[in-house]
Amino acid sequence: MDPQAAKMIGAGIACIGMGGAGVGVGTIFGHYLAAALRNPSAAQGQFGNLIFGFAVTEALGIFSLLIALLLLFAL
Amino acid sequence: MDPIHQFEIKTLFPITHIGGAEIAFTNSALFMVIGLLVILLLMLGATGSRAMVPGRLQAVAEMSYEFVASTLRSTAGSEGMKFFPLVFSLFMFILVLNVMGIVPYTFTVTSHIIVTVALALLVFFTVIIYGFWKNGWRFLKLFVPSGIPIYILPLVTFIEVLSFLSRPVSHSVRLFANMLAGHITLKVFGGFVTMLSALGFLGWLGAILPLGLTVALTALELLVAFLQAYVFAILTCIYLNDAIHPGH
Repeated sequence: MDPQAAKMIGAGIACIGMGGAGVGVGTIFGHYLAAALRNPSAAQGQFGNLIFGFAVTEALGIFSLLIALLLLFAL
Repeated sequence: MDPIHQFEIKTLFPITHIGGAEIAFTNSALFMVIGLLVILLLMLGATGSRAMVPGRLQAVAEMSYEFVASTLRSTAGSEGMKFFPLVFSLFMFILVLNVMGIVPYTFTVTSHIIVTVALALLVFFTVIIYGFWKNGWRFLKLFVPSGIPIYILPLVTFIEVLSFLSRPVSHSVRLFANMLAGHITLKVFGGFVTMLSALGFLGWLGAILPLGLTVALTALELLVAFLQAYVFAILTCIYLNDAIHPGH
């Protein structure tokens, strides 16, 4: 196989990992919203935790995007 | 039409050569200077009058101060307030550069990994140096959580060390990748508009759809620009909290 084509396919496969991060981020925000509607007065205090969980979860998706970008532009 | 073209670094005027590397004033440096001037003028203009009832400009400065101060106080405690200048500078610098980058024909400094890596490593080494300076060897308790059964402790310690070392990577790549991906998406949809409108009258009608999407995406990018600056600041606070209060 042409190495350039293999790189492109590899970058595409690497991006599948971002789907998992999408599920995770959706779960975090969905549960936050569900809990915030049950107890709106406590919601504001958990905003920092929400963003922290979001950032940590998103990092894993970012790593797979990083692999895709490395394959496309750096290697 | 190339969506990557916007990230090209151009030399505005060369300064000198050190070894094989060219040292020059680039468009990246120009926009960093502009961002710095914007923050400086905002803060100087806001604190110039010091009215009891704040005007618009003073309200912006007070709100941003309160926002960062409450974030830092709630994550790192009142001891963390000595790092307020660092966190506030990082937040304002990234926020202004992100928002400025959305304006067409400007350059997004934070979409270059070299900038974000420099900022993330600054935080990383601040945490390590301050952690060892304040706590001595007790800083290493950060990697050994208490209340863990002894037989899985080596594994947990290994994972803790690994996650600590991967912090600067995720910290910097998050900001860089969000900015890069968002701006490429904007340019790709902008490219659809020009491609469709080149087809004639029917193309003009069809181009309304991607044009509307571009407007909506710009609004989303504004949200992302703020959110990423906030995420960078709050992660800085959380990492600094580890240096101030190690041990779980």
